[in-house]
Amino acid sequence: MGRCFLKIVVLVKHVPDTETKIRLAGGGKSLDESEFSYMLNPYDEFAVEEAIKTQQKFGGESVVISMGPARVQESLRKSLAMGIDRAIWVNTEGGPAYLDSWCVANALTTVLKAEAPDIVFCGQKAIDDDTSHIGPMVGELMGIPHVQVVAKLEWQEGGKKALVEREVEGGMVEVYEVGTPVILGAHKSLNTPRFPTVPNIMKAKKKPMDEKKVGDVLSVQPLVEIRGFQLPPEKAPGKVFKGEPVETMVARVVQLLRTEAKVL
Amino acid sequence: MKILVYAEVRGGKLKSTAGELLTAARGFAGHEVHAVLLGKGAKDHVSTLAKFGAQKVILVENPATDTYQGEPHVAALVALVTSGGYSVVLGPASPTGRDFFPRLAARLKAAMLTDVVKVALEGSTVVATRPMYAGKCLAEVVSKASITCVTVRPNVIPAQAAENGSSGGAEAFDTGALSAPIAIKEVRAGKSEKPDLTEANIIISGGRAMANSDNFKILHSCADVVGATVGASRAAVDSGYAPHDMQVGQTGKTVNPSLYIACGISGSIQHLAGMRTSKIIVAINTDADAPIFQKADYGIVADLFAAVPIMEAELKKLMVGQ
Repeated sequence: MGRCFLKIVVLVKHVPDTETKIRLAGGGKSLDESEFSYMLNPYDEFAVEEAIKTQQKFGGESVVISMGPARVQESLRKSLAMGIDRAIWVNTEGGPAYLDSWCVANALTTVLKAEAPDIVFCGQKAIDDDTSHIGPMVGELMGIPHVQVVAKLEWQEGGKKALVEREVEGGMVEVYEVGTPVILGAHKSLNTPRFPTVPNIMKAKKKPMDEKKVGDVLSVQPLVEIRGFQLPPEKAPGKVFKGEPVETMVARVVQLLRTEAKVL
Repeated sequence: MKILVYAEVRGGKLKSTAGELLTAARGFAGHEVHAVLLGKGAKDHVSTLAKFGAQKVILVENPATDTYQGEPHVAALVALVTSGGYSVVLGPASPTGRDFFPRLAARLKAAMLTDVVKVALEGSTVVATRPMYAGKCLAEVVSKASITCVTVRPNVIPAQAAENGSSGGAEAFDTGALSAPIAIKEVRAGKSEKPDLTEANIIISGGRAMANSDNFKILHSCADVVGATVGASRAAVDSGYAPHDMQVGQTGKTVNPSLYIACGISGSIQHLAGMRTSKIIVAINTDADAPIFQKADYGIVADLFAAVPIMEAELKKLMVGQ
C-alpha cells in the first residue's frame, strides 16, 4: 500500500477588495495602490472551504500557499483560521517588480512539487487581474489535469477519484471523471465558505507559516509585460424619467434605444 | 507572420466569435490568416470562415476532439502551431477558450493575453488592451515571447465579412493519437436555447425585487421578443429566485452586451463589476436613489411589474415595424 493519507493544497491570492477605487499613478505607468484595501480572493474562499471539507471527509493534511508581499499573510492566516493546517508564504519582496501569470505558475509549481499534493484547489479566477490562468498553467507545469469552474464535486474511492461538474455556458454542464493528482478551480456554487470563529482565529496564529523567497523558487522570466493603464472613458450622465405615466416613460426609452442609442 | 484563429464549435454550431476573431486577425494587415476547426462536422463551417477572410481552413477531425475536452484540444493545437509555424493564436474568451488557452500557452511557452478588447501588431510584437479590476481600468499588455496566444472578449469586435472572401481552401491536419487524462462522462445541455450571458447581445436582468422565481417569466417573455438572454443579480440568486448560472456580477458572469436592462436591481458594486462594460444600460427601479441610475444611460423610475410588460409590447411594435 502506498501513502495512506491525502495531501490537499490550496492556492490563494490576496486581492484588492471590490470597493477599491482605481487611480492611475506615474502618468498611467502604474496604479496608485496607496489606498487599496485587500481581502482573500472570493473564489479562493470556495477553494479553501472545499479543501477543508475534503480533508474532514478523508483525513490527511491541508496546506495553503500564497505569493506576494508581506500583506498576503493575512489571507494565509484567514485560511488557517477557516481550518487549513499550515501555510507557505512565497515572499516576493526584493524580487522582480512584475511577475506575470507564467512566472507565478512557475514559482507555485516549484513549491507544489515539493509538497507532492494529491489534490490542488484554487479559485477559478482572481477578481483583480481576472485572467483564470493559474489553474490551467499550474496543471500544465505539474503535468496533471485541471478542471476549471468546478460547480460540484463528488469524491469516490476515499478521495482517489471524483465526479466533477464544470459550469460552461447557458446552463450547460460538463461532467468529468478525474483521478488524482488533479487541480480544481472552485466556482461559487461549489459550497458556502465558513466564517472563521474567534477561537479558530486565535488557534490560527499558532499554526505554522513557512516563508520562501521568490528568488529561490522562480526559474523563468515574464512573457507578458504591462505597458500602462488607462481609465475607461467616463459615461455622460444618463436620462432618467420619473413622475410620468409608466406607459409614456417606457415608450420614450424604447424609442431612444432605437433612434439615439441605436441598439435595437 | 502566420496567424491561427481557433473557431469554436459547440453542439455542431459555429460560434459567432469566429467571425469576430477573423475580423480582428485581418486587422493585422499583410499577414497570413488561417482558421482551425476541431471535431465532427467541422467541414460544414469552412465556407463561413472563408467569408470572414480565412485564407485556409484547417480541419482536425480526430474523434477525441468531438466533445470539448481541454487536453486533446491543447495537444492538437500545439502540434498544429509548431508544425505550421504560427506566431499568433487567437481564440474566444468564452468558457471553452478560457479553459484551454492558458494551458496551450504554457505548453508552447507562449505569452498569454486573456480577454482582450483590442489587439494589434507593432512590427512583430503583439499588443493588446484588456480590462482589469472588473473593468475599472484597462491595461495595455505586450507579448515578449515568439508565440502569443490571445483570447478576445466576445461581442466587442464586430464581425465583418471580408471584401474578397477567400476561395475557402480546406485541408485536414492529422494530429496523431490524442490522449485524454480525464474522462468526460456527460455534457448536460442548458435549458435555454439563448446565447450564453457572456455572448449575449441583449440582456434583461432581474434583482431582489422580482420577489420569486415565478416572476422571472415576465422577463423571459419580454426577452423573447428581442432574442435577449435573462440574467439575475446576486441578491436574486442568493434568495433562490434564479439559478447561479444566471448571475451577473463579481461572483457570477462578466457580461458585455450592447443593451443591458436592469429590472429591480439596485446596482451594488458587485453587480456593476459584472456589467459595467455594457454599451447601453437601462435601469428600471422604484427607488430613484438606487445607485444603478448613476450608471444607466436611460432610467425609468417605476415598478418593474408595470414597466416590463409595457416594454414587451413596445418592443413587439418595434420588431413588427422592421
